[in-house]
Amino acid sequence: MKKNDCEGKKKRCRSLLIEGTKYKTYLNKKYENRKFWKKKDEKKIFTFIPGTVVKLYVKKGQLVKKGEPLLLLEAMKMRNIITSPAEGKIRKLKVKEGGKLKKDHLMAELE
Amino acid sequence: MGLKRKILELHKKREAVLKGGGDKAIEKQAAMGKLTARERIISLLDPDSFHEYDLFVEHEARDFNMDKKILHGDGVIIGTGTIYGAPVCIFAQDFTVAGGSLGMMHARKITKIMDHSLKLKVPLIGINDSGGARIQEGVNSLAGYGEIFFRNTLSSGVIPQISVILGPCAGGAVYSPALTDFVFVVDKISKMFITGPEVIKTVLGEEISMEDLGGAKVHSEITGNAHFYAKSEAECFEQIKKLVSFIPWNNIKKAKAFEPKEPKSEYKVSEIVPGDPRQPYDVRDVIKGIVDDSDFFEIQENWAANIVIGFGRMNGETIGFVANQPLVLAGVLDVDSSDKAARFIRFCDAFNIPIITLVDLPGYLPGVDQEHMGVIRHGAKVLYAYSEATVSKITVILRKAYGGGYIAMASRHLRADFVFAWPTAEIAVMGPEGAANIIFRKEIMEAEDPDKMRKQKVKEYKEKFANPYVAAARGYVDSVIEPEETRKLILHAIDVSDSKSVFLPQKKHGIPPF
Repeated sequence: MKKNDCEGKKKRCRSLLIEGTKYKTYLNKKYENRKFWKKKDEKKIFTFIPGTVVKLYVKKGQLVKKGEPLLLLEAMKMRNIITSPAEGKIRKLKVKEGGKLKKDHLMAELE
Repeated sequence: MGLKRKILELHKKREAVLKGGGDKAIEKQAAMGKLTARERIISLLDPDSFHEYDLFVEHEARDFNMDKKILHGDGVIIGTGTIYGAPVCIFAQDFTVAGGSLGMMHARKITKIMDHSLKLKVPLIGINDSGGARIQEGVNSLAGYGEIFFRNTLSSGVIPQISVILGPCAGGAVYSPALTDFVFVVDKISKMFITGPEVIKTVLGEEISMEDLGGAKVHSEITGNAHFYAKSEAECFEQIKKLVSFIPWNNIKKAKAFEPKEPKSEYKVSEIVPGDPRQPYDVRDVIKGIVDDSDFFEIQENWAANIVIGFGRMNGETIGFVANQPLVLAGVLDVDSSDKAARFIRFCDAFNIPIITLVDLPGYLPGVDQEHMGVIRHGAKVLYAYSEATVSKITVILRKAYGGGYIAMASRHLRADFVFAWPTAEIAVMGPEGAANIIFRKEIMEAEDPDKMRKQKVKEYKEKFANPYVAAARGYVDSVIEPEETRKLILHAIDVSDSKSVFLPQKKHGIPPF
């Protein structure tokens, strides 16, 4: 049998499980770097885009309803109203008016 | 004024324009490690075959002091020539003239040669090296891009279109290459993106270099936008020439036939594939064991390497190959490999190139990311492309062909004309381990020693179903063949299907899951 480069020193084959069978094979970068899925926590509100907080409508400890505006985030020259995804008390509020936020920044957390 | 003087005047005029943006700009181009547009055309085409059009075109812009500026040839060179004797239409953007920016007349030159190539039914080659739209010409410049995209679409499937990225190609400009059939990139020279690093930084705060955002490596390994990657412009031109030798001039002609040659003796198909379906091997070695002179011209080598596509010749004629690659991700179909295969199948079908499919896959890649990226609609492209293709479709099942993967890989059910299977083929709903676990779940669970029972049941299933004979008994496989017979039988299949004709229902066009 012809030797394939699987036994090469530089790169080794790994095993990949598909429907109960383990295959010996190389993995590619995209596969190795894939993101693992996690269930979204509805109580945590993250920025989906970097931007500046123009206005804050709520305070820490305040009770908010689902869909109630929390803050105004200016991003890509657009003013986005960030609303509450659920009903609850604001446990954490990690934004200030005029503050610049990065992407995936935790803005607020509900109880 | 006598004839001689008039000819002298022509010479003088030519001389001025042939210098493009002038000595300084040419020096700058060289300092960036790039050839000039003219040098590129000369290196790519057969010696003395280039005939230039529209050398004396001038721009018409009047605003922003543009009326005082002379832009030789308006920053683009167009013409006709030959590659190994095959006629081509070509344009090359001249970065030395106003950064190769695209103004109205520049675009008109490009669309002129595009119209020409469609009329003459010869391949179009576009060399891109441009800063983008000429802002001073405003909407006229945008109109120019639109006219180019429209013609790219019109020509698609009629003449082969090749894009060569030899400099920046950013913003809307990238969509012309994206609409063409093959995109060539060169290390450190090619740059393609919709929004550049600066905009990304201001808007999103992400810092990235041009190279990391849209360099040659990125497009040939991550995005799949490029089909061929080269280390230098010279290597890139060799790749283009080789590609042109494999493809026909248009959708009516067949690719030029070459002198038939036997495969090299070092590639013995019977010695490459391990019997155990879990063991990998390089499927390209099998292709090399089948094609003339073992010369396989691979496309998108470094992207979605779990499927292999490319051209080879058999009995001197061009053949398109699609093969699962067990060496990478066990050869599964996934989002990228489906896109890669489907587009290639459609190219082959449009240009009368028979398709040989080598099958050895465990199915689709499991994972949330795959599902959420839409592996359903991407995977569907393969089914669509194979079903729609009317060129000769020859399928060889080397080893495993499980489940949806079996159906997708040019099965009889998608109207493959010939389906061969090696004795090592396993055509089944899934691998023996998975199948036994489901079918004999109760027995395994209730057994005193479930592990032993599972092993026994897997063995039983393997013996009964992990073979080509169940499919052969229904005629889904035409013949079970010895690996050594593969080339001979494929050659026979190509011979007897030369005048194949099928009638599809009449329609304006189908709606593939783009």
